[in-house]
Amino acid sequence: MKVRIKFQKYGAMKFIGHLDVLRYFQKAFRRAGFESEYTKGFNPHQIMSFAAPLGLGITSDGEYMDAELVTSDEPEVMIDRLNAVMTEGFHITGFNILKDREENQKAVTAMSLVNSADYIVSLKDGYTISDSIQSKEDFEKAFRLFIAQQKIEIVKKTKKSENVVDIRPMIFLVEFDEKEYHDKLSEILKNPLQKTFDNHGSVAEVYDNGILVYLQVDTGSVANLKPELVMEAFYNYIEVPFNKFAWQVHRLEIYTRDAEDGKLISLDQLER
Amino acid sequence: MRKLALSDEILLSVEKPARYIGGEVNMQVKNPEEMDIRFCMCFPDVYEIGMSHLGIQILYDILNRRDDTYCERVYSPWVDLDKIMREKKIPLFALESQDPVKDFDFLGITLQYEMCYTNVLQILELSQIPLYAKDRTEEHPFVIGGGPCTYNPEPIADFFDFFYIGEGETAYNEILDVYKECKKQGKSRIEILEQIAHIEGMYVPAFYDVNYNEDGTVASIVKNNPNAPDKVKKQAEMNLSEAYYPTKPLVPFIKAVQDRVVLEIQRGCIRGCRFCQAGMIYRPTRERELEYLKKCAYEMLDSTGHEEISLSSLSSSDYSHLQELVYFLIEEFGSKGVNISLPSLRIDSFSLDVMSKVQDIRKSSLTFAPEAGSQRLRDVINKGLTEEDILGGAGKAFQSGWNRVKLYFMMGLPTETEEDIEGIAILSDKIARKYYEIPKDQRNGKVNITASTSFFVPKPFTPFQWSRMDTSEEYLAKQKHLRNKINEQLNRKSIKYNWHEADLSELEGVFARGDRRISKVIYDAYQAGCLYDSWSEFFDFDRWLKAFENNGIDYRFYTCRERDEEELFPWDFIDVGVTKKFLLREYRNAKAEKVTLNCRQTCTGCGAKSFGGGVCFMDQTSLEGVTNESTN
Repeated sequence: MKVRIKFQKYGAMKFIGHLDVLRYFQKAFRRAGFESEYTKGFNPHQIMSFAAPLGLGITSDGEYMDAELVTSDEPEVMIDRLNAVMTEGFHITGFNILKDREENQKAVTAMSLVNSADYIVSLKDGYTISDSIQSKEDFEKAFRLFIAQQKIEIVKKTKKSENVVDIRPMIFLVEFDEKEYHDKLSEILKNPLQKTFDNHGSVAEVYDNGILVYLQVDTGSVANLKPELVMEAFYNYIEVPFNKFAWQVHRLEIYTRDAEDGKLISLDQLER
Repeated sequence: MRKLALSDEILLSVEKPARYIGGEVNMQVKNPEEMDIRFCMCFPDVYEIGMSHLGIQILYDILNRRDDTYCERVYSPWVDLDKIMREKKIPLFALESQDPVKDFDFLGITLQYEMCYTNVLQILELSQIPLYAKDRTEEHPFVIGGGPCTYNPEPIADFFDFFYIGEGETAYNEILDVYKECKKQGKSRIEILEQIAHIEGMYVPAFYDVNYNEDGTVASIVKNNPNAPDKVKKQAEMNLSEAYYPTKPLVPFIKAVQDRVVLEIQRGCIRGCRFCQAGMIYRPTRERELEYLKKCAYEMLDSTGHEEISLSSLSSSDYSHLQELVYFLIEEFGSKGVNISLPSLRIDSFSLDVMSKVQDIRKSSLTFAPEAGSQRLRDVINKGLTEEDILGGAGKAFQSGWNRVKLYFMMGLPTETEEDIEGIAILSDKIARKYYEIPKDQRNGKVNITASTSFFVPKPFTPFQWSRMDTSEEYLAKQKHLRNKINEQLNRKSIKYNWHEADLSELEGVFARGDRRISKVIYDAYQAGCLYDSWSEFFDFDRWLKAFENNGIDYRFYTCRERDEEELFPWDFIDVGVTKKFLLREYRNAKAEKVTLNCRQTCTGCGAKSFGGGVCFMDQTSLEGVTNESTN
């Protein structure tokens, strides 16, 4: 059976790259006594995949992994079993048993579902932006002007080429306050917003300077925009050299877009 | 949440930040405030290599069982972080607490290969601990050396407060008890070392003076402190089935060299190959009980979640219960997605059966280590593998579908001639011919033979400790000779030839049998920028040559010199059980091309029986009647 596991990644674990996280979970499943389905062949491995790989240095409240198990207990029991073998920096918050695929249906992977993701991008303590942008208010004002542009062009570098891309259409939500972010989010969600975490709460790092922005951007295999790139474009706009180490990116949630009404559904609310 | 010693900015600027954050599965978490003793274990190489070492995992487990001690770990920072730490003067820290190593009570460094010596100095310098032991004060940790290189600790003696000679299971608790008591009594650094010197197996270099003859050889090793023993006796754990075994080993986040459960099935080797140091210093051979190993396998797979298990020993085919153990592992875990990684086994029907069960025949290869190309030279080194064994084993394997063979040889073995070297080419060719004896329609494409040669480095406490080592020029000439001979073979296209670097082996040879005068060279080479010498991309032989030159040392004094039978060696103050008399007898047997029987066949009186256990006391009656010429 196919299951979807939701987890948080925080603290020192933000330095573990996503391939190592995959290896980590393969071993964690074994420690927890999960019975995985294996690929066939002489070097069988557990069937497991991530919805949207997280970059090095980024923390998250909403990571998703799909796996295939031979058997499963109640979701709550499975969550407890897996949490019992986690190291500090990984915490399981969800476990959904997905519906079996009907005969004529195409197989879906978590990765193919992803359309969008929410982030908080915070200025780390000990860093400044520029002489004219010192406070939370300065930042909000400047960022609003930045985002109000018709076009935000940036050079996107790949291994092979450099392309000038307009990233403005890939940015959906820009908010600076948790409540406003939630209000705006509620309008575009298919289902009402629900606290997805257990008592653990959000693991996003909170900084004294209070300078942060909530961003909702295109994510996934069709279109993908890294929040770091938005910040780099912002620095270009204010004409200050970009310091990528100054910002902590934290992912909040990953969504798929409903084909009919275009509303967002978080991956843990899907049946498949 | 755990704090980290390095900032996000640094961690995101270096390769593989996971090397420095700790927090791994099964990491010990203790409150340092509540500890009497803080111990930092170090493997002086990069994290992925250090984390693969079983010995540290064993000691980590032993020391952390104590309520009064917190044992943590540190590895060599990679060159990128090394640079940053020097620039920003960040003190080297332990992975668990992320606290500076300099604030610990002990820094224990395992010395697994000679080429890590500059990394030892890096660890000390980055920790902000004086490099020379004599410069350390009450505020500094005691720096301990352990591991196989301590069987000749002299080239690095000046950098260590003391060495632990032998297996770590036996005396660490005593050391820590003594230390704690001394601290309570307010004893000084030197007084504590005097107490430690009373513990069997401990060598405090500062308590001994070495005098030299005019020809440069050692004249005498004299103790200068009444607390030091005349001879330091190697430690051996005699009950391996009740000994500590780390059933909850650490599991790194990034892929380590050993990404699997390692089950040490026995210690020591019965074979007595004359070039092999491990075969002598780990005597007597001691087996772990089958039931104990089964239990360990369960617990370790459970606690780590590893998907692979491998067996560790010097010669697994000699383990009495190997078949039972391997079949147990396959039956018990094979169906649960656990790979069984086989050690190199003697090729017989058992190993072929097992290999076909756990490996993909198309991808796996047969491994033989004949070490020498001719039967004559194999007799010299006492390697009891015959051409018949190899061809017979390969033939069986070829019949079963294998078509890849790896062969390991050494070059520069004592008494080696051009014919012996040519023998490597001929043997490789014979194996290929064996393969092509199989009718074309029944074989699996072409045969693929890889012959590798390494350069022989004579080691202390082996029968070849008296031997002359070849110069790098001689090595390279031999290598070229072999290259030509391989090209003359009928099946040359099926034979691939790999070789090792000669310069590195030569330096290893100096460290292996060097004395205290080498330490200044190591110090100077390190100061000149030598680091990670075991990594070919960093090894800079010219810098080393310069360091020897500046110190007026002809390094070939240590390598290219046949020693007198009477010569006093720098390491002769160590008692490893195996006697110098036995080693000399073996050296003479080697020169006479006489083979010596293994420990299961007969006791050759090597001296290891003094440890009171292991194979020395096992039943040898099944081989009664076998006479052993070499003991005469």
